[in-house]
Amino acid sequence: MKKIDPYSIRNDFPMFKNQVKMQGKPLVFLDNASTTFKPFVVGKAVNLYFESETANSHRGDYDLCYNVDVKVDETRASLAKFINAEKREIIFTSGTSMSINLIAYGYGTKFLTKDDEILITQAEHASNVLPWFKVGEMTGCQINYIPLNEDGKLVPENLRKVISKKTKIIAVAHVTNVLGFIVDIKEIAKIAHEFGAIVVCDGAQSVPHMPTDVKDLDVDFLSFSGHKMVGPTGIGILYGKYELLEKTSPFMTGGGMNAKFDMCGDITYLLPPSKFEAGTQNLEGIYGLKAAVDYLTNLGMENIRSYEEELRAYAIEKLKKNDKVILYNEKAESGIITFNIKGVFAQDEATYLNSQGIACRSGQHCAKVLLDYLGEVATVRASLYFYNTKEDVDAFVLALEKGGDFLDAYFA
Amino acid sequence: MPISLDPQMMRAIIMDHYENPRNKRTPTNKHYQMMHIDSPNCIDDINVFLLEENGIIVDCAFDGIACTISTASTDIMTELVIGKNVKDARYIINQYQKMIHEQPFDAIVLDEAIVFINTHRQAARIKCATIGWDALEELLDHKHEKG
Repeated sequence: MKKIDPYSIRNDFPMFKNQVKMQGKPLVFLDNASTTFKPFVVGKAVNLYFESETANSHRGDYDLCYNVDVKVDETRASLAKFINAEKREIIFTSGTSMSINLIAYGYGTKFLTKDDEILITQAEHASNVLPWFKVGEMTGCQINYIPLNEDGKLVPENLRKVISKKTKIIAVAHVTNVLGFIVDIKEIAKIAHEFGAIVVCDGAQSVPHMPTDVKDLDVDFLSFSGHKMVGPTGIGILYGKYELLEKTSPFMTGGGMNAKFDMCGDITYLLPPSKFEAGTQNLEGIYGLKAAVDYLTNLGMENIRSYEEELRAYAIEKLKKNDKVILYNEKAESGIITFNIKGVFAQDEATYLNSQGIACRSGQHCAKVLLDYLGEVATVRASLYFYNTKEDVDAFVLALEKGGDFLDAYFA
Repeated sequence: MPISLDPQMMRAIIMDHYENPRNKRTPTNKHYQMMHIDSPNCIDDINVFLLEENGIIVDCAFDGIACTISTASTDIMTELVIGKNVKDARYIINQYQKMIHEQPFDAIVLDEAIVFINTHRQAARIKCATIGWDALEELLDHKHEKG
């Protein structure tokens, strides 16, 4: 196993290399669950498309077009390898939200009826809740919740308590975005399949941070976003087991996804994944995503995972020495740290951190889970990535120690 | 209130209005107009209440979930407009908006609200400092039913 060296890694990233400042201070970026910085190679790949390989994909009669097709195909292959899927099971989308909507509309509204049930949890991100509400609205099926344990974590035994033959879809995050627990999705899938349900896994917070093997996990669908894994915004992936993709209706129709159609309305769609990729794809995004995946693969997902684990432990140990810090997810396994400062409203603390050049996210990340499990309406979230250093954590810890008067942000 | 108010006093005023807001309440009287306002970018989620009789603001209040900046700024606003006629209230709101957006403004009418003069330093929080003010302006512009 290769040890991650964040100091040399930072040379790969323009945001660090250019010494970008915030509020006149060196930038400490701890909002990686929201989005991530992009290495030079990603920008270079995007520019390659703009500067020397611009053409549309699909059925071009000239070399430029053919080259783009090859690049799209190579990207699909890289992504497939990255999560141990087949190339034909990788669909380009605009990101996790679109991926989940595609399944909700293309599979959920097609196959579910009023007698069926979808199970989610209260810890899901809105993008893994609202599409299912829509399926409920359109089919009359029920949306029910798998209870979380006392820490706010989804554990398989709680799925066992509520699952039944009515359950058709289980839509849960592999890593939740507020509390950052890693869910035993393999066991969840095993239980789901015993009851004939499918698992739609939200991988937005997991795929960028740890090795993902869809065959081993045996999830039926998996979605994730490029921009949370050092890739461009506006490009993401939906993985689906091929036989399920064959059954799923296209979310969008149009050019590039039909085999033929006539004036009588007889239409033949292409096979997956093309069936789901109507219209011109985000080609520069695909170029960038390929570079991002190659970059992560080269670092090694196992190495990234273990470095983040080590950095989190370092941060937690330091934060626990500060009596003013309330930690909400000490036991979580991911790089997500959720906290408040006693007596300070979350957003005010985040503004104070901004004044110190530190980017964190405050929010009612999900009102229900926070109220039920944390007893708080809002929290601050710091989220780590492999390019964060111990010095980043030190700056963050020090700011929280000094941050007694958050109004310094306005008056200091 | 002089514009040279020292930072310690400005902090104290904000904290005082946050910890002991004067008009953070939901009126039970049904003659109030109400406006719900929230922001997709932050946590603030409040109702602003207005009781206007014959062109005079008889009462103004707010309630809900709000950070320090939005609580204090909205609370100071309620104190400033109660007892004023609608025209004067509009003038105060207008001067406040000018201050927040770093334009020349009439400091005299803003009284304690001057403490938000530095809001632009934290641009992401301009919405917090104006959310209650936007709601009151909307209430003055259009009639809203309570509840």
